[in-house]
Amino acid sequence: MRSELINPFLKATMSTFQTMVNTTPQPAAPYVKAEPSLAHDVSGIIGLSGGAKGAVIISFPTKTALATVSAFIGLNVTQIDADVTDAVGELANIIAGAAKADLSGLNVTISLPSVVVGTNHKVTTPKDIPSIVIPFTCTHGDFIVEVCIALAEQK
Amino acid sequence: MKILLVDDSSTMRRIQKNTLSTLGFTDVDEAEDGQDAVSKVGKTAYDLVLMDWNMPNMTGIDALKAIRANPATAKVPVIMVTSESEKTRILEAIQAGATNYIVKPFTPDVLKEKLDALHG
Repeated sequence: MRSELINPFLKATMSTFQTMVNTTPQPAAPYVKAEPSLAHDVSGIIGLSGGAKGAVIISFPTKTALATVSAFIGLNVTQIDADVTDAVGELANIIAGAAKADLSGLNVTISLPSVVVGTNHKVTTPKDIPSIVIPFTCTHGDFIVEVCIALAEQK
Repeated sequence: MKILLVDDSSTMRRIQKNTLSTLGFTDVDEAEDGQDAVSKVGKTAYDLVLMDWNMPNMTGIDALKAIRANPATAKVPVIMVTSESEKTRILEAIQAGATNYIVKPFTPDVLKEKLDALHG
């Protein structure tokens, strides 16, 4: 996969967390998603369409989700509830929107966010679209951003 | 100053409401989508609308156009607050009558700067 399709999401994740969550996440080396995929507890998903197709997914363990959302909304949350799922969806939305600006030549459209909650759930992405996982560490814990993207005409 | 916050995300409404409160603006109503916003702007005299773009039922840009098309609400200041950060989108919003534009993610300072600009 071309790095210019992945780097906007890495950059957008860092700027979103720095600005809205008051922490600077440290990215580890991205890798191609393999099966069986990683299991997580809370995932925010944004669909991509237009000139590039696929999805961007931000996934947290419960502990990291609670700490991240607490910092995001300025209120201590202790359980996964509607406020937390809304906040995770909005984080995914902001990251996808910010990345889209760097993909402006592709005329990408982003969907409204969906959020999946469930201990050790897995998010399956289309097998014909490559999926890159970017692991991050921040003061609130570890999380991943998964970028499943291909140019529309290359699918 | 009476402000209407429009965002389908309760999180973003809460964050912006808290920020506005710290800036001294406490007379704030909320709307969950564009339809709700157009309805509320038609009934209440707001000094400012902070409008998200991507929302269900009616998008923020369509709500902005509806507000501008109604002579009774055409002059209400509307600042778009959105993750839509491409130049073409910003231009589209300005052409539709947006008073100003804030790109998410944003800091409280950015919101303050746009509010200050509103007062000239």
